[in-house]
Amino acid sequence: MRTKTSMRLGVGLAAASVFAMAACADPDDDQLVVNEEIEMITEAAAPDHMERVRTIYSGWRFRSDETQAVQMDDFDNPAMIWVDAAAEVWETADGTEGNSCASCHESVDSMEGVRAVYPKWNEAAGEVRTLEMQVNDCRENQMGAEPWKYDGGDMTNMVALISSVSRGLPVNVAIDGPAQSTWEQGKDLYYTRFGQLELSCANCHEDSYGLHIRSDHLSQGQINGFPTYRLKNTKLNSVHSRFKGCIRDTRAHTFAPGSPEFVALELYVASRGNGLSVEGPSVRN
Amino acid sequence: MATGVKPRVKVPKTASAGEAVTIKTLISHKMESGQRKDDDGNIIPRSIINRFTADFNGQNVIDVTLEPAISTNPFFEFEAIVAETGTFTFTWYDDDGSVYEETKEIEVS
Repeated sequence: MRTKTSMRLGVGLAAASVFAMAACADPDDDQLVVNEEIEMITEAAAPDHMERVRTIYSGWRFRSDETQAVQMDDFDNPAMIWVDAAAEVWETADGTEGNSCASCHESVDSMEGVRAVYPKWNEAAGEVRTLEMQVNDCRENQMGAEPWKYDGGDMTNMVALISSVSRGLPVNVAIDGPAQSTWEQGKDLYYTRFGQLELSCANCHEDSYGLHIRSDHLSQGQINGFPTYRLKNTKLNSVHSRFKGCIRDTRAHTFAPGSPEFVALELYVASRGNGLSVEGPSVRN
Repeated sequence: MATGVKPRVKVPKTASAGEAVTIKTLISHKMESGQRKDDDGNIIPRSIINRFTADFNGQNVIDVTLEPAISTNPFFEFEAIVAETGTFTFTWYDDDGSVYEETKEIEVS
């Protein structure tokens, strides 16, 4: 009888330690190389403005080996289907001016490095602009075409195409000068608790990364991998769609994709990833 | 008529004789099952890729029958043993009668 009890206790302890291990699953030590060619920086010293985090990690490091592998080869990465689709759109004239993206920008390779520095201050417009805003500016003013829906498929595909040529380059958004006030606004939003659950971005992605939120392994919420192909909805997801999803999950009314609040938040969150490689389009669960 | 159909294949450029090489293929296709209805309640007609084949130097390697339950953008990964330098021919057959073909050379040393 006595033996039986101690055995049960032993099993209980083992189960508890397994749980403890799973609950503190920090990022793994895997190396991300895409197409055996593009070496990604998935771990870097945190930028100076981050007071409470020492090291920043790409969300890739928090995913399972199987999910990680899908991103390591463009043929396996389902996001590349939409990148290909956008490459055709890049060459296709639209609107009253008879221009395509290629009419001015020629090859999409000319966009190398662009993703890494957006959102970015636009002097002429007097505002911080995301890549999506810039694409629609081109469509309206250079092409005479209808603007795309901010987080619609056409837009997200195009952003994925533009991101894909910057893969491997370190994110480097400017947060000083004229962009500073927008950045401050974004930082305020990051630390503001929203919704019935009263959660801020920081509660999960700064205080609790590495822990599990139900079955999901919380990352630092870096956006260097956007647009992201998610296994859960089998499509490309834009940054603002993800923000919207997160705020909705706190049971709050969310801001709209493309709203000034989300633009500011995007600048701030992007700046938290300064130093990580651009990975978009990445694969996450 | 299915739109936006684009076949893709990945075959190593070189291999050694008798080696089993991994081949990956993907065709972007809606694979409309014929089971769904549109907003007005009308059945959306079936439009799928119904057959996929791969040949190496005229010899069949794989011949697959696809059914409506197969998801969008069907992806196949398989191995083939290559004895000599040659050409892989991949063929997809669409319900609408279209045939999509893609070829890849492989050099065997």
